[in-house]
Amino acid sequence: MSAHDHDHGHDHDHGSELSEMQLRVRALETILTEKGYVDPAALDAIVETYETKIGPRNGARVVAKAWTDPAFKRALLDDASKAIGTLGHVSRVGDHLIAVENTPQRHNMIVCTLCSCYPWEMLGLPPIWYKAAPYRSRAVKDPRGVLADFGVALPQETEIRVWDSTAETRFLVLPMRPPGTEGWSEEQLADIVTRDSMIGTGLPKVQP
Amino acid sequence: MSGVVTAIDPQAARRAADEVPSIPCDAEGPVFREPWEAQAFAMALALHARGLFTWPEWAATLGAEIRRAQAAGDPDTGETYYRHWLNALERLVSEKGVAGAEVLARYRDAWDRAADRTPHGQPIELRTDDFK
Repeated sequence: MSAHDHDHGHDHDHGSELSEMQLRVRALETILTEKGYVDPAALDAIVETYETKIGPRNGARVVAKAWTDPAFKRALLDDASKAIGTLGHVSRVGDHLIAVENTPQRHNMIVCTLCSCYPWEMLGLPPIWYKAAPYRSRAVKDPRGVLADFGVALPQETEIRVWDSTAETRFLVLPMRPPGTEGWSEEQLADIVTRDSMIGTGLPKVQP
Repeated sequence: MSGVVTAIDPQAARRAADEVPSIPCDAEGPVFREPWEAQAFAMALALHARGLFTWPEWAATLGAEIRRAQAAGDPDTGETYYRHWLNALERLVSEKGVAGAEVLARYRDAWDRAADRTPHGQPIELRTDDFK
């Protein structure tokens, strides 16, 4: 089979696109599921354990840079695609990436239906619950309750904004830099930026 | 989400990495360049757990796929590792009588049609009419 794995060009007038390897993986998973050899939920659970081990984790580096470089942070909030483009080493950001900043007054959370252009290079592996339509809609209607499910309790006065990712616009949450990280290098900071903190269902984790 | 139930012993991945030594790893275990690689890895773990093959059998099949690719000019830089992995998976699934090359191709083509008819920005799901 010839492969155009890295052909990520999107034709917006037509359908979605899956790479040759994605097609073969989906084919095999469907067959194995239908024949009862694998349970998709168990496969998801295995993949989820490698959440921080998949892809380039570009978003974590972007967040870490924004925490340490005020000019970059301003540029990121102004035009995320453009700001990230200036970093050079980050490829395929997508044209319409918007960074939304968490503050004590406002917490941001992103939901997404997982189309073929999910920006995993930026955000990492999507969470399993994105596949569950009822849960996604609950996130829109009752974000505080969903955050509680994830163990995130915010002060009542913090407003919660939910952003629905679309084909045209994707979002990256810029979490608040945790206290106790003064003087950390960008690399150290990037390590504590989890996927969940970049979609707003978690906070950066500082190991005591 | 915390408390995810997994049917697979978390130590299984580590044992797989020990038994199949060329798996790309960092200090903590396997690493993946793209999500499909992790999915292919997970399928091998699940099929092994179900007893479809042993790790020595897997290592032999994967080794054969890698040698075949190298003979055909694969640069062997590590970037293609999971392509060989998926080839090995498809080969074993076929040899064990689970699904042959024709069935694999039919499902692959069905997913291709599903992607084609799914408007950009919507999740891709397989339907029966994607099979022709």
